Amino acid sequence: MSRFISAARVAAVLFCALTGLAQAETVEIRIDNFTFSPAEVHVAPGTTIVWVNADDIPHAVAANDKSFRSKVLDTEEKYSRTVAGPGTIDYFCSLHPHMTGRIIVDAGGSQGSGTSGPAGH
Amino acid sequence: MAHQPSLPADEIDAGRRGALKCMAWAGTGLVWSVAGGVPLTAGLIGGGAQAAPAATKTTAPAQAGLTFVQISDSHVGFDKPANPDALATLREAVAGVRSLPTKPAFVIHTGDISHLSRDEQFDAADQALKDLGVPVFFVPGEHDVLDDGMGAAYLARYGTGPNGRALGAGWYSFDHGGVHFVALVNVVNLKGGGLGNLGEDQLAWLAGDLRALSASTPVVVFAHIPLWTVYPEWGWGTDDGARALGLLARFGSVTVLNGHIHQILQKVEGSVAFHTARSTAFPQPSPGSAPSPGPMKLPADKLRGALGVTTVTYRQKAGPLAVVDATLG
Repeated sequence: MSRFISAARVAAVLFCALTGLAQAETVEIRIDNFTFSPAEVHVAPGTTIVWVNADDIPHAVAANDKSFRSKVLDTEEKYSRTVAGPGTIDYFCSLHPHMTGRIIVDAGGSQGSGTSGPAGH
Repeated sequence: MAHQPSLPADEIDAGRRGALKCMAWAGTGLVWSVAGGVPLTAGLIGGGAQAAPAATKTTAPAQAGLTFVQISDSHVGFDKPANPDALATLREAVAGVRSLPTKPAFVIHTGDISHLSRDEQFDAADQALKDLGVPVFFVPGEHDVLDDGMGAAYLARYGTGPNGRALGAGWYSFDHGGVHFVALVNVVNLKGGGLGNLGEDQLAWLAGDLRALSASTPVVVFAHIPLWTVYPEWGWGTDDGARALGLLARFGSVTVLNGHIHQILQKVEGSVAFHTARSTAFPQPSPGSAPSPGPMKLPADKLRGALGVTTVTYRQKAGPLAVVDATLG
């Protein structure tokens, strides 16, 4: 009996998790010409950010506050991270730190629209 | 690069000991004389033994004090269109060094040995460099500290330095032929929005390392990212590089050798001569001349003309060191 309840509980948790994933936004940030593009995005909590390296040189993504750091991304490799928020996440390329970007997680839940901007701050 | 006129020798040397007299640039064919730091010349690489080295072949053996070679940015593992086989061009560079008329005392590698810090890339680079037949002293580039340990793999391999005394992220110093060599690391603990970084610990060590030296000691400093600000928009500089240069200001002869930017740039400020080396893997555009500093794709028959190594000769009596760049083809 207890085994059955545990299994049901796991199933419920899985269901919720999957449903949540299905509903969450995904926002892609391309790394091109040593620039994060868009350099600044406004996203809703729970959004998954996917960085894609489109350069012929490897890059890596690291949060200024050291809360995360990707492995090195060679050409066309990706790194994704789901942001909880609300708050602002500043990040940079740990190989080329002049490359910077910002994720603003709005509690109001804007629709993940990116705005382009200059890479440097 | 400005073409600078020659100056009378007495004007060049005024007030400076061991002043730099001449830097000859094989790749560009540019030869110029300046006041300042140290350098004057020697051989080359590959089949492209061009103009400048020919002159040095006649003078270097007679006067040579200390000759060493700088190899940089070999990026072993790089296989993109700009150079599908970076290991092959490193091997060509090594063969070129072996054919120099003056055997170098040692080789310095100013970083980006590997492209992605992978063991097999370091292994292949080490195997190729072993053929040099002389000691090789390293500093890491940002491509050499990409392992999970953020540089642990580099330190495990190269962290002892020439004296078994590399410190921190791999910095060290040594003396050879009357010249004090300082190897600095400016590719770790980088901060968002910043440039290369030496850090407080390394600067404190450098101050102590230099303290006992007399001001007449020639000093050669090498690090991966340029210690001077070349082009901050592309990250080509070191945030606290000026502090290191401040510690070197009292010396009559300072030569700063860097890599990272895959092209020759140089300048002389006071008694400090700055020089960046070509890569053995692929060229990068000149500052601001392209949308980004990404690898420059050249026609296959032009690639080796944009790659190369640097030979440096220090002549104790004559004063000048010589810095010469040579292409692979």
